[in-house]
Amino acid sequence: MNALPDFRLHRPATLDEAVRLKAQIEHPACVAGGSDILVNLRRGLAKPGDLIDLSGLRDLDAIERIGDELWIGALTTLARLTRDGAVAAAYPALAEAAATVAGPTHRAAATLGGNLCQDTRCVYYNQSEWWRDGNAYCLKHCGEKCHVVAKSDRCYATYHGDLAPVLMALGASAIVARAGGLRRLPVENLFREDGAHYLTLAPDEILAAIALPPLNGRAAYVKGRVRESVDFPLTGIAAALKREGDVIAALRVAITGMNSAPLMVDVSKLIGKPWNDETATLLSNALRSRATALATTLAGPKYRRRAMQGLARRLMDQVWAHG
Amino acid sequence: MKSILSVTVNGRRREDAIPDNLLLIDYLRDGLGLTGTKQGCDGGECGACTVLVDDEPRLACSTLALQVQGRRVETIEGLAGDGDLTPLQRAFQDKLGTECGFCTPGMILAAEALLRRNPHPGREEIKQALSGNLCRCAGHAQIVAAVETAAESRKNETAMEGAR
Repeated sequence: MNALPDFRLHRPATLDEAVRLKAQIEHPACVAGGSDILVNLRRGLAKPGDLIDLSGLRDLDAIERIGDELWIGALTTLARLTRDGAVAAAYPALAEAAATVAGPTHRAAATLGGNLCQDTRCVYYNQSEWWRDGNAYCLKHCGEKCHVVAKSDRCYATYHGDLAPVLMALGASAIVARAGGLRRLPVENLFREDGAHYLTLAPDEILAAIALPPLNGRAAYVKGRVRESVDFPLTGIAAALKREGDVIAALRVAITGMNSAPLMVDVSKLIGKPWNDETATLLSNALRSRATALATTLAGPKYRRRAMQGLARRLMDQVWAHG
Repeated sequence: MKSILSVTVNGRRREDAIPDNLLLIDYLRDGLGLTGTKQGCDGGECGACTVLVDDEPRLACSTLALQVQGRRVETIEGLAGDGDLTPLQRAFQDKLGTECGFCTPGMILAAEALLRRNPHPGREEIKQALSGNLCRCAGHAQIVAAVETAAESRKNETAMEGAR
């Protein structure tokens, strides 16, 4: 019995070879840990003729200091992120966020790159073939209609990755490999607010690493979910704060689990002010105007929006107290 | 499309020509008849298909068989190789850590991975390590107690060895 559609598996040994393959193959798909794509393939959500297994690229799992940055290879497993000394010392928020992803067995296989590039999710999409067939499919796959926003011409599936908001709050860059070499972009620019085309990577590009600048201040991540393990975030907020005396000198806030992409939140109105009820209201308003929670999860949008605002307050109280 | 998989399963080296799209769980269950590895859900949510790959727990339902090329795979059948239950398996029996039994192989292998990495885990560490494995009989308390007992008996064995 074969649960997966037919495909040819390529197992390149080097990044160069992987990039070459990805450029040659039409509609290539990649697998590393497998916890996202293999589940989706099994549900018939894609039928790639070729699958490129990146898990053999040993040159992509290094964690190393380059200048004043920490570079983390895209194949680094989440389990390693949770227990790596260099990560824990410089970016504890990243290690803590990695520890909240799925369960320990997923983390042993799942990779940083896979977590960032994971598919968007929706109650109308993450279903069996039979279920979707009975529901005339949906805009994200095989269908012509979005069941979440009926008159929409784009897909509203939600991005639920935990690490992207943390990396965005930390001001990290994505290092992307392509035929000509490497290019570098802010992590937030990896994503596009379109559930069906949520990544900006070109077909011949592979996410190779993340580069983290030094953290000046304190960062943290908070995740709202039904159970304290396995579940995806119903909402997630990351904040990196630089506190000077009694004022917010610098602040970066990013959210996940709300829109089709992880998003930066404009918190410029809070800069130069102390963290108190007034600035908490400003943050709450900024979050509300940025997030568009829709009926893409079993928990209702209203709940997710309120949970986001409540958890953000708790998160900021914490980073402010320790900042 | 087929490829050759060279792998060590429960201590025995094998070479098999298998389809590229074969999942590890189907290779083990249908190819090798090792049906102790269970398929609970279809989406990596329940942990019933947990096996060990180079001592790390791994979900066989979301791993391609060819991804364990050259590696060491252990299933529940490999634990009690000579017929005797391991102390961990005995503890599951003694502490009633098994009800319907469907989650048990995955639970035991996830616990085995923890005990190999950390022979003396605390209760929190045990709960953490098993947090991706679901028991639909809701027998989690007995399961945690079983792993604690196994860790305890390992500690006593180590102490006795030290005393000798």
